[in-house]
Amino acid sequence: MASAPGRSRPVGAAWLVVAAVALYVGGLLVVPLLALTRAVLADLPGVASALTAADALRALALSVGLAAISLVLNGVAGVTGALVLTRQRFLGRRLLDALVDLPLAVSPVMTGLAFLLLFGRNGLLGPVLQSLGVKIAFALPGLVIATVFVTLPFMLRELALVLEELGTSEEDAASTLGASAWQTFWLVTLPNLREGLTLGATLTVARALGEFGAVLVLGGAITGRTDTATTFIHNAMEERHTTSAYGMALVLAAAAAALLLLLQRRSQMPGVK
Amino acid sequence: MSAPAPSAAPARRVALSDHAVALLLRGGFGAYVTVLVALPLLTLVYRGLADGPAAAWAAITAPAAVAALKLSIGTGLVAALVNGLAGTAIAWVLVRWDLPGRRLLSALVDLPLAIPTLVAGILLLALFGPQTPIGGALAEHDLAVAYARPGIVLALLFVTLPFVVRAVEPVLHELDPAEEEAATTLGAGRWLTFRHVLLPPLLPAVAAGTVQVFARSVAEFGSLAAVSGNIPFQTLTAPVYILGEVEGGSPGSAAAVSLVLLAVALALQPLSHALARAAGSRRG
Repeated sequence: MASAPGRSRPVGAAWLVVAAVALYVGGLLVVPLLALTRAVLADLPGVASALTAADALRALALSVGLAAISLVLNGVAGVTGALVLTRQRFLGRRLLDALVDLPLAVSPVMTGLAFLLLFGRNGLLGPVLQSLGVKIAFALPGLVIATVFVTLPFMLRELALVLEELGTSEEDAASTLGASAWQTFWLVTLPNLREGLTLGATLTVARALGEFGAVLVLGGAITGRTDTATTFIHNAMEERHTTSAYGMALVLAAAAAALLLLLQRRSQMPGVK
Repeated sequence: MSAPAPSAAPARRVALSDHAVALLLRGGFGAYVTVLVALPLLTLVYRGLADGPAAAWAAITAPAAVAALKLSIGTGLVAALVNGLAGTAIAWVLVRWDLPGRRLLSALVDLPLAIPTLVAGILLLALFGPQTPIGGALAEHDLAVAYARPGIVLALLFVTLPFVVRAVEPVLHELDPAEEEAATTLGAGRWLTFRHVLLPPLLPAVAAGTVQVFARSVAEFGSLAAVSGNIPFQTLTAPVYILGEVEGGSPGSAAAVSLVLLAVALALQPLSHALARAAGSRRG
């Protein structure tokens, strides 16, 4: 790849900064990753049997399922929300805009607690849910709600960014030429969103697979029922089953790296904003 | 103006139904966000205050809660300072220099965005845990990273690494190296050039990223639940304290302490957005 304009080989003292940066990133990220890999490789048969145990596979499958559900729900909500927030002007738009970002700012434990106070047995809606026979806290619906909450902003923000940079000229042209709003959406707006959708989907899946605090508090990490890949690691550490914990952690780290690699291939870096 | 064309009537009907669709989308999305985000957080605020302000204050000022809040804020400030400096340096290296492995470095910086935060904690345990060679060697000198404050700071630095880099990078991209060259040609030293040419346009972006680092650090849970050891008054941070209150059957106290963290989050988010906007306008 050709070097971008204004980029040259470092000279003199700049090498010191380059070396310091390499040491920092290497020490902070790469060395711990290598340490985990080494620990897993040291007991590969043990890790393999721990990860193929029914509870481990079920936890992993549950996390993948939750990621898929979040992707679908927040895909629809993201496209809708991005269109509403960038293309419409109405009272309360800025409040809605701020609300969308809140899941990024709130600690996951507080997310779990907030839903527990709403849906738990002693929660505000607890009596209503109980009389209806609906169980949300410490059950699958709670996991879904927690995961959908924490992943809400990712798709929406990526799409809103694309829509804002795109402007409305293409859409205006389409409707001037007689396209209905529906046609304009499918034929003009949506194809332009493809890159934003990929990026948003990747971030949503990564975040959903990695969610821990909210699903721990709202789901309760009940083995075989509400135990996700992350709470599986947590339970394993508490029971000092380091082998299981390290194995599952490496699986999740590898999944994260694979998702990033997917993105890197799609976007060519230099000059890209 | 000419008389309206015959096609004006159907076009008008389309516009009306578009309006209906727009209203429907707005209403649907508004309801989704209200139920999913506003309702639970309002419940949290309500529950935090439901036992009266005196009870909330007592829960917040309980010695263990104060210690946890202080620890979260203190370690958050350290993380903000370190990654504020390191992130700026990393962005500078990524944007300015033609290096082998530059793309690898760029990919690595994004890794904490994708790696589950709990896994970040496990990674640090695999390196510094009591059973590891490094952990053992540290223990011989009565030092510890895992289950101690250095571990907390390292975990925070890990999970917040991308924020300052990604905030500063685009601004640095727009700056013209010719300005720096001009300054050096005119006799300004490296330091003067940095202070007067490079620093002013970068500052809002660095500040925006640094505020993000601090906000995330105060809210951080997963990595710290693994690596900090959660010893009250020593390594128990505020979010983990809240978890303890929930598990210990004191949701009211948990909600009250949550109010403090919620207030911090609500104050910092607009600040970081405003700084990011200021950084963006410098670019134009």
